[in-house]
Amino acid sequence: MKEKIPLTPVTPVPMPSTAIAAEAARDAEEIMGSDMPDDREPTALPPRIEIADDGDDPGPDPANSTPKMSAREVSVFYSDKQALKDVSVDIRDDRVTAFIGPSGCGKSTFLRCLNRMNDTIPTARATGRIELDGTDINSSGMDVVQLRARVGMVFQKPNPFPKSIFENVAYGPRIHGLSNSKAELDAIVENSLKRAGLWDEVKDRLAESGTALSGGQQQRLCIARAIAVDPEVILMDEPCSALDPIATAKIEELIHELRGRYAIAIVTHNMQQAARVSQRTAFFHLGELVEYGKTSEIFTNPKEKRTQDYITGRYG
Amino acid sequence: MSSAALATSASRESRWTDGSMDGVVRRRYRAERRFRYIGFAAVALSALFLAFLLVTMAWRGLSGFTATEAAVTIDFPRSDLLLDPAALRGPQSQEAIARAQFEGVLSQAAAQQFGAGAEELFGGGGLRSLGRQLVDDPDLLSKRATLWLPVASRVDVAAKGEGTADNERLVEMLEQRDSLRRALNLNFLTASDATDATAAGVWGALKGSFLTIVVTMILAFPIGVLAALYLEEFAPRNRWTDAIEVSINNLAAVPSIIFGLLGLAVFLNVMHLPRSAPLVGGLTLALMTMPVIVIAGRNAITSVPPSIRDAALGVGASKMQVVFHHVLPLALPGILTGTIIGMARALGETAPLLMIGMRAFIATPPGGIADPATALPVQIFLWSDEVDRGFVEKTSAAIIVLLIFMLMMNGLAIYMRNRFERRW
Amino acid sequence: MTLTFALAAIIFVAAAAFWVARQRAAALRAHGRLHSLPVYHGLHAALWAAVPALILLAAWAPVQTRLVDSVVMATPEGQALPADAMQRSTILQEAREIGSGQREVGFYPESATLAPHFGAAEARYSIIGGLLAISLALLGAVLAVRRTATAFRARTAVERWMMGLLTAASLIAILTTLGILLSLMFESLRFFSMVPPADFLFGTHWSPQTAIRADQAGSSGAFGSIPLFWGTVFIGAIIAMIVAIPLGLMSAIFLTQYAHQRVRAWMKPLLEILAGVPTVVYGYFAALTVAPMVRDLGIAIGITNSSSESALAAGLVMGIMIIPFVSSMADDSIAAVPQAMRDGSLAMGATTSETIRKVILPAALPGVVGGILLAVSRAIGETMIVVMAAGLAANLTANPFASVTTVTTQIVQLLTGDQEFDSAKTLAAFALGLVLFIITLVLNLIALTFVRRYREAYE
Repeated sequence: MKEKIPLTPVTPVPMPSTAIAAEAARDAEEIMGSDMPDDREPTALPPRIEIADDGDDPGPDPANSTPKMSAREVSVFYSDKQALKDVSVDIRDDRVTAFIGPSGCGKSTFLRCLNRMNDTIPTARATGRIELDGTDINSSGMDVVQLRARVGMVFQKPNPFPKSIFENVAYGPRIHGLSNSKAELDAIVENSLKRAGLWDEVKDRLAESGTALSGGQQQRLCIARAIAVDPEVILMDEPCSALDPIATAKIEELIHELRGRYAIAIVTHNMQQAARVSQRTAFFHLGELVEYGKTSEIFTNPKEKRTQDYITGRYG
Repeated sequence: MSSAALATSASRESRWTDGSMDGVVRRRYRAERRFRYIGFAAVALSALFLAFLLVTMAWRGLSGFTATEAAVTIDFPRSDLLLDPAALRGPQSQEAIARAQFEGVLSQAAAQQFGAGAEELFGGGGLRSLGRQLVDDPDLLSKRATLWLPVASRVDVAAKGEGTADNERLVEMLEQRDSLRRALNLNFLTASDATDATAAGVWGALKGSFLTIVVTMILAFPIGVLAALYLEEFAPRNRWTDAIEVSINNLAAVPSIIFGLLGLAVFLNVMHLPRSAPLVGGLTLALMTMPVIVIAGRNAITSVPPSIRDAALGVGASKMQVVFHHVLPLALPGILTGTIIGMARALGETAPLLMIGMRAFIATPPGGIADPATALPVQIFLWSDEVDRGFVEKTSAAIIVLLIFMLMMNGLAIYMRNRFERRW
Repeated sequence: MTLTFALAAIIFVAAAAFWVARQRAAALRAHGRLHSLPVYHGLHAALWAAVPALILLAAWAPVQTRLVDSVVMATPEGQALPADAMQRSTILQEAREIGSGQREVGFYPESATLAPHFGAAEARYSIIGGLLAISLALLGAVLAVRRTATAFRARTAVERWMMGLLTAASLIAILTTLGILLSLMFESLRFFSMVPPADFLFGTHWSPQTAIRADQAGSSGAFGSIPLFWGTVFIGAIIAMIVAIPLGLMSAIFLTQYAHQRVRAWMKPLLEILAGVPTVVYGYFAALTVAPMVRDLGIAIGITNSSSESALAAGLVMGIMIIPFVSSMADDSIAAVPQAMRDGSLAMGATTSETIRKVILPAALPGVVGGILLAVSRAIGETMIVVMAAGLAANLTANPFASVTTVTTQIVQLLTGDQEFDSAKTLAAFALGLVLFIITLVLNLIALTFVRRYREAYE
């Protein structure tokens, strides 16, 4: 499964992140216009998001609470090609939100908007508004470095750094200056590896290279690496697509355990996986958000015909 | 972020939102900016070096294309010049000029007009120019004529402001009489090496370079391409192939002077080929250039997609036909680009040619690849060693000529790379 | 003359064979389907006509030299030559050159009397060789043309020839390496029979000019090469690298990671041009512009003995020359680091410079180190800059304003000027060359291993 993101080996970033933040903020202002209210009332949510209770679900979204992250009318262009059209989705604190859809439908593109990883692609341009705790992530008040520390990401292919296991996990705390002593750092690394369910497997070989682990272990190492920065949201871009079924099961289990502590958004092309791990599902098709709702409802009783066709395997 | 939003937010307060990390982040951004400035400074400094080098050379060298000329009036019928105008019209004109005794006539005329101390106003360049003017117009011999002739090197240097005191005085006096001018000196491009700086030119060296490069090209290109084809398309994976690969990669990085030593030991001392000849220079440089062509060739050949080979094999072509009918033509632009870069490198190479004796004083351009010759870079090196200040601008002017050739070749290579680069 | 005629004759025979065989094959078409196209039959015949004959002609040259020598030595004038081997070979060489018209007069009177013998013998044997080659060409042509038949696999045969040609072309690389090693070793061994290797390798005093006669050289101990190697390392591996590594590396980082696409598109070729400037130009630039500036600087900061042929001037300019080399190697290595690494780091909130310093550079390190080793190997083998800008005085000093000399400078110095080929002085150049070759070979092999391992790691 491939997103249509031009992955050149090394993409030059035209300016440092501060400048990006400032410019992105300016862009956002130009596009959105100055009459846009800073804080949107939660009642402005599109009416089609209806939620009913079910067993796995922590309950309906409280009408008066702000979602952890909310996206409104997000569009993304690569050069002249529009990859995403006016997508509006909420990600809530104690839920797993799954994005599904056929290849090239824009679900990974959308995920990369949530921590502004699209900034690293020179030709990419995004419009619309994405909020984290009510703050526009493209505004000048939001710094891209801090944003990414708060919104972590796990990639499709495990990408541990060519360093030791310990150094991989310690990388984030080190660059962000989260620990004051070696003991503190050790504790962060141990906790992160424990939460990622990898500690028992690697505790005796922390000095070995992260790239020497198996694929599933590498992916859990990447999750541990993301957790180590103490993020609030974790984005997962098809985290199991390069893994075998057993490693996949372990990751899915891990996602269950992490729910509640972090808001999680996961892109997957595997519908069973979406059904297994998520409470909310968004179905994307050709850059549009077709349907968004409770996972149980999307899979049993989709409202849109396109969703129905995809789920029953008519295309995709 | 407004406080209202925070109040309604269900999310926990974190170190990222309470402002405690702001100092750290600011510090990190400062480091980021600093790093970026250092990077920019490095690029700018490198570009500046290039600009400084080119500007220095151009500034020093441009005056090498001009010559200082002085007007001298010679009364030919009354001079003791024994020259028959008829001889100048015949095919023997060059010999007649060579036999004629111009020195005395010139120094006499100069001393007469500009006083004692001006006897050596004209050097070799002046004599040569006088001879040429007489061949062009033998009728001059029967009258009194005023001719503009290039002055000797030390006067030329003085006119350009770097000469000794008495030469400066001479220049001043000539200028007062309106007998001095600067003229374009295209003689520099058509003459060969000479002991007098004003008479020296780069033609002989250019011709030597050209002959050498032709020999290099004829040898290195086919051998390099065939070797690249063999290694990419036919070579079995075994120890011999590994040895060949290691040899080629290493030879591409062996100091060029080592190739000079090889040429001296093998081509001159064992095979007894003629010394100082473009043939030997070309052979030596071919050995040096061949690995560069092989490496460029292999890169170009690997970039031809396997589907093309499969397609040709699928219609029943033999492996050899696939390679020569399909792979080679598709890889050729890449190979040619690499070859041009290799040739440009060979053209600028000096050290190996010094080793095989292409550093002789060559006053007549070589007629063939077995004649003694010198090459343009070697000529630059030889002139840079001359004591005569007049050679400083000649050296820089020769460098301009060399750089123009290099720029043309490199530019052609870059153009070809952009023009023919194929995305599969 | 004979050679040209023989070549022309062989080419003619080959062309005729091509034509005849192709016609025959084309005529055979009436009798059944040919295995190979007529043109392959033609090529097959032409190859059989030309290649063996050309090989014979090439192999004949050294044989002829030896035959001629023995004939000349057997003449009464040859018998009368002095017994001293060196003198005799010089006279023979002169006589050969006079005989072949490369030279007007010789230094030794004997050479003039020998020259006619040389001329006659050369003429006789070159006619013999030429005739032999032409008959071989004819023989090959006849045999090959007779094989033309419908079932004959001419294409396969031609392809076997091509295969041989391809293999031979690739073997030239090995032959060159062997040629370098053997010729350097052969002359070095002669040198080491005059000067003990230990004196050469570990001696600290270098002054070859004092050795007028070969037998004095060993005892005087004037061939200690340590100061030369120190000077080479000082200029090429220390001063030049202090300039080139930071500038080259930071340029590569800026151009790959920060610069706008358009800036990159202009700057990269510009740096390539910097790499394409001939070394003699850098040398002249160093000697004429940089060296006086460095000397004045040295005097200004109170170093009274600062030389106009300082190590610093040569090293600085060599560093500038190496910048594009380091930068393009670093560029390649950085470009080979997978985008996933970069994304992984950026997604955690690292700034670009943190990503570069802590993730990309460590990941690219083997490639970068390999590139730097290649750059060092290139710098220590560089000749023209040091010949023109560094001195001749073999000093063991760490003062960058003082004059030091290098291996390549000395090789040029020893081998130019009067050429008495068997003196320790000229042979020393080959010994220096051998050591230089071995050092650069080791550096190159290490660097190439680094680079290859690195490439494999990400492919």
